[in-house]
This record gives sequence, structure tokens and C-alpha cells, in this order.
Amino acid sequence: MITFEQVTKRFPDGTTAVTELDLDVPEGEVVVLVGPSGCGKTTTLRMVNRMVEPTSGRLFVDGRDALRIAPHELRRGIGYVIQAGGLFPHRTVTDNITTVPRLLGWERERATRRARELMELVGLDAVVADRYPHQLSGGQQQRVGVARALAVDPPILLMDEPFGAVDPIVRARLQQEMLRLQAEVRKTIVFVTHDIDEAIAMGDRIAILNVGGVLEQFATPAELLAKPANAFVADFLGEERGLKRLSLRKVSEVTADPGPVVGADASAADAGRVAAEHGTDWVVVVDDDRHLVGWATVDELGDAARLGELDLQQPRLFVYAENSLRAALNAMVSSRVGVAVRLGPQGTYEGVVTHEILSAELLR
Amino acid sequence: MSLSAVPTVTAQAGGQPGVDWAWIERNAGYIGEQFVEHLLLTSIPVALGFVIASALGLAAVRWPVLYGPLLSVTGLLFTIPSLALFVLLIAFTGLTIWTAVIPLTVYTLLILLRNIVEGFRGVPAAVRDAATAMGFRGVRRILHVELPLALPVVFAGIRIATVTTIGLVTVSSLVGQGGLGQLFLDGFYRSFPTPLYVGLVLSVALAVTADLLLLALQRALTPWTRTVS
Repeated sequence: MITFEQVTKRFPDGTTAVTELDLDVPEGEVVVLVGPSGCGKTTTLRMVNRMVEPTSGRLFVDGRDALRIAPHELRRGIGYVIQAGGLFPHRTVTDNITTVPRLLGWERERATRRARELMELVGLDAVVADRYPHQLSGGQQQRVGVARALAVDPPILLMDEPFGAVDPIVRARLQQEMLRLQAEVRKTIVFVTHDIDEAIAMGDRIAILNVGGVLEQFATPAELLAKPANAFVADFLGEERGLKRLSLRKVSEVTADPGPVVGADASAADAGRVAAEHGTDWVVVVDDDRHLVGWATVDELGDAARLGELDLQQPRLFVYAENSLRAALNAMVSSRVGVAVRLGPQGTYEGVVTHEILSAELLR
Repeated sequence: MSLSAVPTVTAQAGGQPGVDWAWIERNAGYIGEQFVEHLLLTSIPVALGFVIASALGLAAVRWPVLYGPLLSVTGLLFTIPSLALFVLLIAFTGLTIWTAVIPLTVYTLLILLRNIVEGFRGVPAAVRDAATAMGFRGVRRILHVELPLALPVVFAGIRIATVTTIGLVTVSSLVGQGGLGQLFLDGFYRSFPTPLYVGLVLSVALAVTADLLLLALQRALTPWTRTVS
């Protein structure tokens, strides 16, 4: 969808921002450009809509030579979102969102209808329609920015540190919403950030750039974390690469161990036998519907005839299929016996996630 | 303004301090004429100055190298003593209204040019970027994005220029133009203070009113600056 071929950008002062960049942004994917300051990530982004002109090389947008299209025409097919939205302070939310439709000559009524649609899409309450940007919270401003960029449904979105001006909690929520929105609208997105965690959260693919706009690695987050191409990339990914990899995988992707499980009718002796078979000193107790009753160490059971009648312990944390393996690890280290109990949608016991399972997953 | 309309002065009031209300009553028409004249001599130069400064200002925004020289020239013009300029111009324009209008216009240029350029330069970079990215260009970009955001600073310039001009117009009476300065001259030549008081009060009242009206206009034109977050 967007292709850089040997693109170089040198500024008049002699600095080289981008060096012979080859990069292909596939249609419908989010490609994140990430790197330290001076790595040319914003310059690269701004070449896509020709707010920066390449010094040499070729650039294709949607199969067309971007350098042969009039810049303003090229730009109207490319949504652009910047920090705090880059909103027009003198225009209401509706007028901000309808900027490009109005530039393209839409009737006011049609444009306003479109604005309402978009506000709903990005999760903005209709009451803010007539407010000015400074009357909105940072998160709301950001949503208006996204709605404005989507106004004429351009196939491409450029996002330059869009969530840089909001606090971490709002940022995490906006990231989640953006991903949900992207699942719906399937735009080709180029996303710039300096935050590797944001890159991993948002990117289908990540381009790691070094100072001077040198592309060090271009890969999916999982590939990047599993096989960093060089020391720079490994360093940039940080010390917690294993944890980051776990955060990319879901509990549903691994097979849970059935665990030492016994019915509520079983006796302490039954429990001792099951625990021994599994090489543990504890058991999980479930009822006839496989709902979790609790867990206990064999020592605690004494000579009870029916475990269901005992006052059993409850795990502090559970995990579900849609949680990340990182959440499973967290549940494990919070557990006295070092496993994460996995429950089904109806609260039924589905097994336990163990250390061995996680380690095997990271070694794959 | 014809010089024949010289007001009459009552004998007993000559040289006395205090306000002669009867004089004011008798000369209400004359005072009104001077007031209207004063208004014209203020609004024409400010309007002309705004047109010229806008052209210069937009050029300076477009080609920033022009800004320094333009500021120097308008700044230099601003330093010419007003009376000297009025008198100099008599040789070219005689005792016509232009003798007053040209210098008064020239004096507004520095203030207006500065505020127009600073207003446009004050438009946030992120907003400019967003405008570019959305395909705004040319006149549309200026009218829809940059001008509205520059307005508060531009208006501040218009207000200063207007108030300054209202003060300066009084001097132009010395070269035969009307306006409230005529009342000062009347009071001065006759050692009769009432016209002086009247001129002074009206001049200050005019300046304050004009300033408030312009502020109200600015607020009407920039509704987004009024709302409290």
C-alpha cells in the first residue's frame, strides 16, 4: 500500500534524517516506526503525505508514484493524526471533524451527519459536538483527532505520537480503542512512537530505526522479541523481552495442564493418590459441574471423608482464555503453589498453566 | 471644516477657570461637528493603515526576509515628530484632509504590521501541520485557519492604533483640520478653558468607547476565546 524504495532525506543543514530506506507497508496493517530521537521516524511518516520531500528514492502510495501527485490531492486521501489531535482551536468538534468533507465541497447537512457517525464510532458523546477543543479532556481531543482523520474514509492513516499527550491510563485505553476501531475499519496505518511498549501493543509490524534513519529490523512484534536482528534492536527492546513476548500471547494459545484435580466427593486418601500421581503436594477440588470449589495441600486434608465439606483455599487470581500469558505469569507468582488456575467463561475449571508451559512457549 | 465657524466667547468668562455651561449649550452644534470630524480623522487612517499593513504583513509572513526591513522602515516613520510631518505635507497637499490623513495613516503602520505578523506567527505549529496535512492551501488556508487564530493579536493592534490615533488627531488641528483639537486651540487662543475641557473629556470618552467597541467586536468574531473550559 505504501512502498519506500531507497528513500533518503537530507536536510539543508546537512543532517541525514533517513538513509536509503526500503519499507513496505501492507494494506490494512498497522506499521509502527519506532526508535530513539533523531532516528527519522517522524520524517519518514511525513514523507508519505509529502509534508517532507524525499531527497532521493521513490515512494509509492496505493500503487501510484506519490511524487507525481499534487501534494494537496495526495493528502486528502491520507488521514493525519498528531499529538493532542492538532485540532483547530477556533472550530467546534463538529466543524473540526467536517474539515476535509467541507474542503471537498460536501453539503453541510451531509457533513454534519457524517460527523455524528464518526463521533459514535470513536466513542465521543454527542453533547460535545458544539464544544471547542479546549473544553475537552486530552482523551476526548485525541478521539476528535481520529474522527477528523477518518472523515472521508481515507484508506491510509498517519499517526504521529498520537497518544503522547495523555496520561498512561488514558493512553492504554485509547490504544485499546484504536485497536478495536482498526479491527472495524481496516486502514493502512503508519504509526510513530518512541515507546517500544506502545509499538508492541499497536503494531502488526514494527520498523526499528536507528539514528540517521537506518532501518535495523522490520518484523512482527513476536519475531522481533524472539529474534532481535542485532545488539541495537535487543537493547532497544529492553531487558524484559521475555515478559513482552508473554504479553503478546494469549492463554488460549497454550494447552493447560489438567492438574491434580479431584471431585468434591473424594476423600483425603483419594486426594493424596492424585497428588502423588502428578508429583505435587496439593489438589484442586471441583464439583459435579466442574466448578472450582477450592484447593488444598495434602497435609491440610487430614483424614476427611468428603473434601467438599472442608473449608478450602481459593486462588487469589484466575486466568481466562483471552488473558495474556503475562497475566498468567502474574497469577503464578501470586500463587502459593506456583500455578495459574484457568477458568472457562462459565467459571468452570479448565486446568492450570505452569512454569514449564510458559518456558516451553518462549523456547519455541 | 471651514474656519469661519469660530464660536463666540462671552466676555465675562474670559480667563476664568471653571466650566462655562452656557457656552457649551450655545456651541453644541459646533462641538458635535468637531466630534464627527474627529471620528472621521481617526477611522480613515486606521482603515487605510489596516489595508496597507495587511498587505505588508501577509508579504512578511510569506517571505520572512521582508519582515526586518519593513519593521525598520515603519519604525523610522513612527519616530518622525507628528507636527513636523503635518507641516511638511502642507507643501504637497495644502490644507486638505490628506495633510492629516497621510501622517496619521503612517503612524498606524508600525503597530498594525507588528501585530498582524506576530498574530500569524503565533498560530501553533501543530495547527499549521494539521491544516497542511488536510490539504488546505492558499487563500482558504489563510481565511479559514490562520486569520481566525491571528485575530486576537491583530485586534489588539487595531485597538492600540485606534486609541493612539484618537490622541494624535488633536495635533492635526494645527494644520487647519477639524476635530476636537480645534477646541483645544479655541481654549488656548482665548485663554478660555471651557472648550479645552470639553475637547479633553470628549477625546478621552471617544478613545475609551472605541476601545470597548473593538473589544466587543473581537469577542463576537472569536467565540472560542470566550468559552471557559
